[in-house]
Amino acid sequence: MKEEQKMSKPILATTSLAGCFGCHMSILDIDERILQLIELVEFNKSPINDIKTFTKAVDIGIIEGGCCNSENVEILKYFRKNCKILISIGECAIMGGLPALRNGIPIEECIHEAYIGGPTVQLNKNHILPNDDELPMLLDRVYPCHEIVKIDYFLPGCPPQADLIWNALVALITGDPMKLPYEVIKFD
Amino acid sequence: MSNLVKFKIDGTECMAEKGSYIVDAALENGIYIPTLCNMPGVKPKGACRVCSVRINGRLMTSCTTPVSDGMEIESNSADILDLRKAIIELMFVSGNHFCPSCEKSGNCELQALGYRYKMMVPRFLYDFPVRKVDASSPKIIKDQNRCIQCKRCIKTIKDEQGRSLFAFHKRGHDLEVILDQDLGKKITEELADLAMKNCPVGSIIKKEKGFEQAIGRRMYDHQPIGIEDK
Repeated sequence: MKEEQKMSKPILATTSLAGCFGCHMSILDIDERILQLIELVEFNKSPINDIKTFTKAVDIGIIEGGCCNSENVEILKYFRKNCKILISIGECAIMGGLPALRNGIPIEECIHEAYIGGPTVQLNKNHILPNDDELPMLLDRVYPCHEIVKIDYFLPGCPPQADLIWNALVALITGDPMKLPYEVIKFD
Repeated sequence: MSNLVKFKIDGTECMAEKGSYIVDAALENGIYIPTLCNMPGVKPKGACRVCSVRINGRLMTSCTTPVSDGMEIESNSADILDLRKAIIELMFVSGNHFCPSCEKSGNCELQALGYRYKMMVPRFLYDFPVRKVDASSPKIIKDQNRCIQCKRCIKTIKDEQGRSLFAFHKRGHDLEVILDQDLGKKITEELADLAMKNCPVGSIIKKEKGFEQAIGRRMYDHQPIGIEDK
């Protein structure tokens, strides 16, 4: 961490893979501390500022959501390549989360339920399944991020509490030990 | 002659009644040893191993081992704490424990132990086993995805004739705790409430009772499971 301390401003990037953006909402839930955060870090690729590609080497990458399709895997690997430290935030990134509820169901059944047989399917009279080459391929199951690339830190929660994210980022940036009171570690 | 024995837990002098089990004896002396399958009033069975301690260099389950005079017990050393954490992590990866969508979340003893031991991520790979949910009873749901096979329901949920409503089914890797189809249909309201309460995880859920308490008001939202370490 000493090296990082010398840096003028660590660079932060975030992404949401197979997640619901709840974890990003939780990042914003640090309230007025967001003003301190922009003093502490410089944002690069992130849905918060809408920067689409990395423009420089990043110090901390925050990953929300697990990997349910080929695009998630590609972006996760892109993050690993460009970030010194990767943090999995939220249950989906850590264990697949709610998308992983499909893990025991064969993929054919999932697609059939979504596009043909499901009770809310009404307009797909010709029973067309999504087959455009542009669409990412679904994986056989949903994978936690650390089963695809090396992840350095994990912040559980659904979403992780704003205080947990804040405490972790401050500890990482300043090199001080992280505050971990009982109430900030939650799995829901 | 008094019926008390002296023993040590992590070097702390303790005293308890002769023949009492280590978990109970420790608690009497203000020392917490975590348990999952154990519950007061039920014969201990040492199924979950979360209460493991080291006695004379051997790992023993403290819920099934009685204290004896001069016994020296190692309980809160770094490697035993890590062993317990590993056991909890194994339970998380060997079932399908989706805390965010579980009705028992916040009141779940397995989750509470995860909090107490600061489990940020299990060190093992997730198994994602394919398991069934039995919702045939009009009052309860038996979800095999969340079952940790502690046998608490088998031992405590019995009808007026003393018949267990739950039982082990199959063996080895396929072992599961199932609800008797006939008795399950006739389960009383009180017994259904008790079954959900006695299940340490969310494997037995009372129908139409999910998510009753708001987040922040559940048992382990603010208070860790067990007592404060001295």
